[in-house]
Amino acid sequence: MEKELISFRSDMLKFAWLQLRDEASAEDAVQEAITAALTGKKKYDNRAQLKTWVFAILKNKIVDIIRERARYPNAGTAIDEIQEDAYDDLFDESGHWQDHARPSTWGNPESSYSSQQFWQIFEICLTRLPDNTARVFMMREMLGFETEEICKELAISPTNCWVVLHRARMALRLCLNDKWFNAENRDVEL
Amino acid sequence: MLNCKQATALMSLGMDKKLGVLQKTSLRLHLMMCEGCRNFNKQMQLLREGLRKFPQQDS
Repeated sequence: MEKELISFRSDMLKFAWLQLRDEASAEDAVQEAITAALTGKKKYDNRAQLKTWVFAILKNKIVDIIRERARYPNAGTAIDEIQEDAYDDLFDESGHWQDHARPSTWGNPESSYSSQQFWQIFEICLTRLPDNTARVFMMREMLGFETEEICKELAISPTNCWVVLHRARMALRLCLNDKWFNAENRDVEL
Repeated sequence: MLNCKQATALMSLGMDKKLGVLQKTSLRLHLMMCEGCRNFNKQMQLLREGLRKFPQQDS
């Protein structure tokens, strides 16, 4: 089990970093999760199950770190890394899609899900989100917080929270669209 | 009537909280007429699904 846990380490570190955006905290979270998993000695049938379980522990550790952080004085400032007009180009003056920007179908996602390259691009796109935007977005989508909890933990207003989430989705959608679904060549360079 | 920019904001908001009746109705009306926004809506669901699957990927 120890060997298998160690083999998840780099995936766990990436996962933790994406949400904490800080290497030292990510290291701490992963270390604590691995230690907890080793002392937990839960039975598991296969690698995938073990991974699900250890990632559940890791999520809890990440949440602990986020809660701890929320007590620091810089919490409470509105988050506005992605500007209000960042996506204005996508729409015409009446607020309808410009021809070039109108979303087209992404087809059946299963073929993307089964591609390792897709997930590399997915990670690149997540990495590109600005730090605080990413923290809010990942709390919502990866850690499964309700928006009220996020506002409370980070001491930001609900409106700010929704705006940040919306802009994060716009950014991620565009990135995946340009680099994968609508890409002429699917380059995994950053 | 909603325009696409407002509709995208509502679709996103709907992923984070329950929309009001008026919001839901106007969004539904807009989606009936707008293919771009229907695609956008599906893409939002796919993003969410992708984010849930992401930690399980072996790299």
